[in-house]
Amino acid sequence: MKRLIKGGRIINPADNTDMVGDILIENDRIIEIGKNIICNDAEIYPADGLVVAPGFIDMHTHLREPGLEAKEDIASGTRAAAAGGFTTVACMANTKPVIDNAILIAGLYRQAQDTGVVRIKAIGAVSKGLAGQELAEIGDMLAAGAVAFSDDGHYINSAQLLRTAMEYISIFDGLLISHAEDETLVEDGVMHEGAVSAMLGMKGRPAVAEDIAVARDLLMAEYTGARIHIAHVSTKGAVELIRKAKERGVRVTAEATPHHLYFTDEALQSFNTAFKVNPPLRSAEHVAALREGLRDGTIDAIATDHSPHAFEEKDVEFRYAPSGFPGLETAIGALMTTLYHSGFMSLQDIIARMSIAPARILRLDAGSLQVGCQADITILDPDLEWQVDPKIFWTKARHSPFENGKLKGKAIATIVAGKFVMRNGEVL
Amino acid sequence: MGRSDVCLRGKDLLGLQNMEPAEIELILDTAREMKTIIDRDIKKVPTLRGKAIVNLFFEPSTRTRTSFELAGKYLGADVINITTSTSSVVKGESLRDTLLTVEAMGVDIIVMRHAAEGATQFAAGIVKPLLINAGDGAHEHPTQGLLDMFTMREEKGSLQGLKVAIIGDILHSRVARSNIWGLKKMGAEVHLAGPQTLLPRDIDTLGVQVHKRIEEALEGADVVNVLRIQRERQQKGLFPSAREYARIFGVNKSRLALAKPDALLMHPGPMNRGLEIAPDIAYSEQSVIAEQVKNGLAVRMAALYLMLMGGNQVETIN
Repeated sequence: MKRLIKGGRIINPADNTDMVGDILIENDRIIEIGKNIICNDAEIYPADGLVVAPGFIDMHTHLREPGLEAKEDIASGTRAAAAGGFTTVACMANTKPVIDNAILIAGLYRQAQDTGVVRIKAIGAVSKGLAGQELAEIGDMLAAGAVAFSDDGHYINSAQLLRTAMEYISIFDGLLISHAEDETLVEDGVMHEGAVSAMLGMKGRPAVAEDIAVARDLLMAEYTGARIHIAHVSTKGAVELIRKAKERGVRVTAEATPHHLYFTDEALQSFNTAFKVNPPLRSAEHVAALREGLRDGTIDAIATDHSPHAFEEKDVEFRYAPSGFPGLETAIGALMTTLYHSGFMSLQDIIARMSIAPARILRLDAGSLQVGCQADITILDPDLEWQVDPKIFWTKARHSPFENGKLKGKAIATIVAGKFVMRNGEVL
Repeated sequence: MGRSDVCLRGKDLLGLQNMEPAEIELILDTAREMKTIIDRDIKKVPTLRGKAIVNLFFEPSTRTRTSFELAGKYLGADVINITTSTSSVVKGESLRDTLLTVEAMGVDIIVMRHAAEGATQFAAGIVKPLLINAGDGAHEHPTQGLLDMFTMREEKGSLQGLKVAIIGDILHSRVARSNIWGLKKMGAEVHLAGPQTLLPRDIDTLGVQVHKRIEEALEGADVVNVLRIQRERQQKGLFPSAREYARIFGVNKSRLALAKPDALLMHPGPMNRGLEIAPDIAYSEQSVIAEQVKNGLAVRMAALYLMLMGGNQVETIN
């Protein structure tokens, strides 16, 4: 089976390609990239006016399976991924039970084979049950295919556990992903601490809680020589700390989410629980610093932190709502709207941070369009304007901070291993 | 917006942040008329006969709930109280479902108090009956803000240019926020003071002056509004002891003397006498604390009337 994607603007940040051309796929591989490829026995996909990019990789997704299927499962979550142009998603360990041993990693991969439509990579827990007490069986999980380790949702409060985890993970040159918010400072805070929280009377999660947490993690990474990745960076201080650490040679990478790049805490004035997330949406000053950090490469990758919840869980008073919302289906639209169409960043740089960058961080053989590579491809219509309607999301979640928002730019086809898994919004 | 354009009929009362000065004035002027009813021998008027009001209180309350109940009853409405300890909330019913149940019974106004900020706004988006926010977490308590302004205006003639000092736990206070919004709109100057640990960061962005020492805020004040300190704030470590709080941040006779000689002393209640307010001044000549309670009733009568029946004129109620 051959497929020819014809006449699209091919953007492949891994080798700085940005050209109008064709990509020929045979079975699951790319076999030719060039101009005016002629192939008589190929099914042709006309891509005039479209952007052909390496399949997006989301290194921070919550698929909620096993145990939390009312929020999401692998079938629905990977369909949401396909709809958003993602060909690989790395899923976090905070399920029920927590993914903290090899058999659960294996089970996850097996379930992904049966019900998933895009590739899944498992992130194992750092501590057993995410309890922050004892190390989980990291070596075993690596052998079963875990790509990184994280207690996401929780900061590793004990510096001693963090040290042990880093030293242990570094035996395998593995990666620790940190959700960096000092828990004693955020307590039960529900939004960014600042002028808006002062106005609304809601308990704040101060930016300094993230700064302090990131600072400690960076110092420990420097001390142990381990690799660390800071998840969902949201503060000016954290960006600056990471920038300085990179200058010193600390082995740190970082991600930002579309929502932290798009919204400010002003959105919370509606008390709409769709805007509740950890770390919280920050003030304009932090958003500006984060965008700058993304542009200058301090922030390596963009990740969605797709965190679906059941409708009834979010349909409550703001204080009682769980944090997070789905992000896979709105990511590229939001990013193109706020970063590309505004002239802030090039499309190539945005695509890089969603493909080759996360692939390198997770050491995946993916994220690039090259002859001989797996044909994981995302096709974008950069100028398609659309209105976000959570009622037609593929995720099970029905809340989105982007609800009713007008976005410009959308994934219109997703190819995994040479097969279309999404075309024109329909997951196949 | 001029006074003649103002009409509150059919509108929710969620907070003072989004209220027009002319709307506030209409409520205060109407409350003056309502206050005359309270002093009558026979208080009941038929104005809201056939209307149903539900007090839906998810937090304990004596004065606010009673005040709304009597306000509705004096105007002839039927008033029902629902409190959480006796409701389906203890069976785990969601706020949405509780509201839909109340709505299905055909009520006209739901007066709601809730521990979570924004809960009343959330409710207003769900059900058709009009909503009055009787306090949502630390966000707003608009009828308290209105009754405080009514009291100040009654005693001082006008709010324009008044120096109002709000003292105490601003961080957790919906009363403070509603006072700030309302007073700023009506041209008063607002000063805040209390322990730094109980002052919200960046509160100065609301256009108020913030002081670390309460003496600075009290200096030359026309009104001193003392907020309640909840004992559990001390347990959370926000100040070391009640004793130290009273000593450094309590409003007492000598501190009150820093304000103008005819300054009003206010407190939304319930008071912790000996903690945030010294017992000897709580019932002094300067104290209008009891009058606040009466004015609260008048303001709530005005709000209920204007939301259900009102036009843009202050009418005499017979």
